[in-house]
Amino acid sequence: MEYETVIGLEVHVELATRTKIFCGCSTAFGGRPNAHTCPVCTGMPGSLPVLNRQVLEYAVSVGLAMNCDITRYCKFDRKNYFYPDNPQNYQISQLYLPICREGYVEIDTSEGRKKIGIHEIHMEEDAGKLIHDPWEDCSLVDYNRSGVPLIEIVTEPDMRSAREVIAFLDKLRLLIQYLGASDCKLQEGSMRVDVNLSLREKGAMAYGTRTEMKNLNSFHAISRAIEGERERQAGLLEKGKTVVQETRRWDDAEGLSHAMRSKEDAQDYRYFPDPDLVPVRISQEYLESLQARQPEFRTEKMARYKKEYDIPDYDIEIITGSKHMADLFEATSALCGQPKKVSNWLMGETLRLLREQEMDPQDIRVSPGHLAALIDLVEKKEINGNVAKTVYEVMFERDVDPRQYVEEQGLKTVKDEGALRRAVEEVMAQNPQSVADYRGGKEKALGFLVGQTMKAMKGKADPASVNKQLRELL
Amino acid sequence: MELLSLSAVELSAAIKEGKTTAPKAMEAVLSRIDRTEGEYHCYVTIDREGAMDRAVQVQRRIEAGVLSGPLAGVPMAVKDNLCTEGIRTTCASLMLDNFVPAFTAEAVRNLERAGAVLIGKTNMDEFAMGSTTETSYYGPTRNPHDSGHVPGGSSGGSAAAVAAGECFFALGSDTGGSIRQPAGHCGVVGMKPTYGRVSRYGLIAYGSSLDQVGPLTKNVEDCAAVLEAIAAHDPRDSTSVRREDNRFTDALGEDTAGLRIGIPRDYLGEGLDEEVKAAVLRAAEMLGDRGAVLEEFDLGLVQYAIPAYYTIASAEASSNLERFDGIKYGHRAQGVRGLHDMYKKTRSQGFGPEVKRRIMLGAFVLSSGYYDAYYLKALKVKALIKKAFDRAFARYDLLLGPVAPTTAPKLGESLSDPMKMYLGDIYTVSANLAGLPAVCLPCGSGAGGLPIGLQLVGDCFQEKKLLTAAYACEQAAK
Amino acid sequence: MANKITEEIIEYVSILAKLELTGEEKEQARRDMSNMLDYIDLMGELDTTGIEPMTHVFPVQNVFREDVETNGNGSQQTLQNAPEQKDNMFKVPRIFD
Repeated sequence: MEYETVIGLEVHVELATRTKIFCGCSTAFGGRPNAHTCPVCTGMPGSLPVLNRQVLEYAVSVGLAMNCDITRYCKFDRKNYFYPDNPQNYQISQLYLPICREGYVEIDTSEGRKKIGIHEIHMEEDAGKLIHDPWEDCSLVDYNRSGVPLIEIVTEPDMRSAREVIAFLDKLRLLIQYLGASDCKLQEGSMRVDVNLSLREKGAMAYGTRTEMKNLNSFHAISRAIEGERERQAGLLEKGKTVVQETRRWDDAEGLSHAMRSKEDAQDYRYFPDPDLVPVRISQEYLESLQARQPEFRTEKMARYKKEYDIPDYDIEIITGSKHMADLFEATSALCGQPKKVSNWLMGETLRLLREQEMDPQDIRVSPGHLAALIDLVEKKEINGNVAKTVYEVMFERDVDPRQYVEEQGLKTVKDEGALRRAVEEVMAQNPQSVADYRGGKEKALGFLVGQTMKAMKGKADPASVNKQLRELL
Repeated sequence: MELLSLSAVELSAAIKEGKTTAPKAMEAVLSRIDRTEGEYHCYVTIDREGAMDRAVQVQRRIEAGVLSGPLAGVPMAVKDNLCTEGIRTTCASLMLDNFVPAFTAEAVRNLERAGAVLIGKTNMDEFAMGSTTETSYYGPTRNPHDSGHVPGGSSGGSAAAVAAGECFFALGSDTGGSIRQPAGHCGVVGMKPTYGRVSRYGLIAYGSSLDQVGPLTKNVEDCAAVLEAIAAHDPRDSTSVRREDNRFTDALGEDTAGLRIGIPRDYLGEGLDEEVKAAVLRAAEMLGDRGAVLEEFDLGLVQYAIPAYYTIASAEASSNLERFDGIKYGHRAQGVRGLHDMYKKTRSQGFGPEVKRRIMLGAFVLSSGYYDAYYLKALKVKALIKKAFDRAFARYDLLLGPVAPTTAPKLGESLSDPMKMYLGDIYTVSANLAGLPAVCLPCGSGAGGLPIGLQLVGDCFQEKKLLTAAYACEQAAK
Repeated sequence: MANKITEEIIEYVSILAKLELTGEEKEQARRDMSNMLDYIDLMGELDTTGIEPMTHVFPVQNVFREDVETNGNGSQQTLQNAPEQKDNMFKVPRIFD
């Protein structure tokens, strides 16, 4: 039998606020366990939550970018369940009146444009971290992440393949990154994706029983998990068995999912409006001001780049594929006035280093001022191309100022014509065969002599000058 | 000078005039405690050393002219569900027997800024659930007017401490009458301010939408002074309201002529003891004599207040008390098999029967399939009750009635029948549901010499009118 | 008794509330809850059609804090009451059911 795969997503995104959703604790990663905690985010008796204004702003901005209806009167609810990572044993979330509803995101598929419906977006608090301690056979709880703001984006079951899911997530991630609302890193958990998947006979209207898959830490894992779950469910249905509605945990190493043991708990969250928080009323003016502040998103940016910069379409696609890279491109171009050169650095060395180091473009550390300075050094022939690449590797590592670095390391091109002439003469004296070859018409021999001269100059010569001198003396 | 016979405001004035000092006042209170605490058991924790140290420091600041308010140097007691940094805060529960907060409740901090000096933490019904102070893990408090009787609850320790002279004033909390009813039973003044008037930050929550911190004092003037010190907007409490009308002492001695007072007939009917009714109506007449216009009327919906109250309070409590799980603070069961066993054993050992009863009820009314019929229904009933009060306050400045159907019951009488105890809250819970301010003051005593409380209820943020009328009553009774 | 609070309901609610009740306590809880619900059912007499459920009595809304860090390292205060701790973290029993 032929089945159609039906997929909906629940995407949790950690918002890029400085402080937690209900208290003034830092959201920074790292720090000693429980350093970023206070009575509020550890559920101390007597503590009370107060909503971080920026959380609302990010949530509404994301909703607007996803064409959602913004709930003008929204509230927070308590979701009650006992678990040690949740210090109050209830999570403050939104069930009855979530901040955004009924939106959509457009993706490109092989069959053309497709709208993926957004069922709702709600604000909630993140939980702490549970660490298993194998030495004492117990668990340890760190509340540094407890109370970090999240939005949960719930889609309609509108996706039909892993490809569509990835296209959607890519689009979602870019929208949110462009808004500056989150860096959306799957690996680090600032974006978490749960996949709801069911099968139905092709052409059928009713949905089949769905399962929910968790622990998907990369786009690759998401694709594999979707494929794996599709096959598992199809196998069950072929054998006349039924799919059980359950939550499954994907194990990417094994390439398998396992049903998560049901906790000793009734799944009855007893949601009710949190009496400690007051409702949020959203005015027309507020909406309009956020609408006006919406940034230029990728599509518009691509169109503008085509007009403003003389760089290839392919470069534009890659550069705008990361908000951070696009920002770096624009800022550096503005400083040095050479977008083409900037693009070359990004498309060449930067992409190479990102690949080698398995890094996300979001994590490029090079600052626009330093990249512009590097381009300027090359332009002014202060350093040659090879030296520039070496310097860039250091900049990529720790964003050094190339001017200072070149100075300190003595990497400047030697402009002393006398020294260069002496080096050329020495190389010619040491390589009489090559000199003879060149004079005999073997153009190739020149390259060898240039190389030897560069070596003698410890790489710090201007290749064009070397060429010129050699030709003269030969 | 008999220090203990002074009111809080009088004591502070005497200190400022150099007639006595804050340490002397504290010594007097501590020696009273030595004499009577064994019988009444008003306190869970008495911080003798800390209290004397604080008194000495406050005295210095009074002498330096830094502290000049009407509560400077006055020894106070605080209900043990208000967090105090470095001093254990138990909610009268085994669950928090060893809990030492890292911060002080905002209301207490405001009083400390005003120069009041903390003596210790008063006994209460466990987690403020009860009307007699008998559900305390540390045993009951006894009524100073007759130690065979309860002091009322849940702020029974605070009310009894004021009545017994074991402090000059106290803080309590009121979720369904927990300040007013014990004030009535102990013959002191107690006020539940408008919801949002006083910060709840640091108050260990029972029913968050109903809880409010308030004063228990020897007289109405002290009540106004304490309220003035604790009423303030707090950015850490989202439900705290910013108001400018916080000069409550100005309201004392204002004219009561023309004050329109409604007496709900619903509060004078079946179940009300005759002697209580008579005392309340006498007090009303006294206000009438002073120019107030009295009128009986039908408030309506009174019989639905207790069902709505117990539904909402229990639901919120079931959630608020989930945090007591043995992981972060407080009691933790030993010898457990895994996490969930630890949760269940910790909570079953740590909570007493009344707390368990309410969190079971609360979990039930919120559970899937019952939420609409119970919790949501209760919120709608609450809306109707609020409307009934809105109608009443369109016609009257204040409402007047009893605070409780009877004088303080005998010890042990209520525990056997929780339903009967719940029904005793009939005159007080509506003010919590509607967020209204209400004050209770003594208006005589019953046959056994036990005090009778008069309750005045005001429209939201009309504490001044309440204080004006209460002060007039108090003066008239002298 | 109008409300049929069964043993199953008591069992279920005690799982939600994380309480372990003895046989006797369960029976008592069943009676107490039935009595209480009989009384609470009085609310059913009231017609509340079209009435908006009231969570907050006053129309206070839009209370925010600014996104500014106000808290320093709080681990000492956070852990000061911990029944058991290790490496600056709360220690909890192994999670098995």
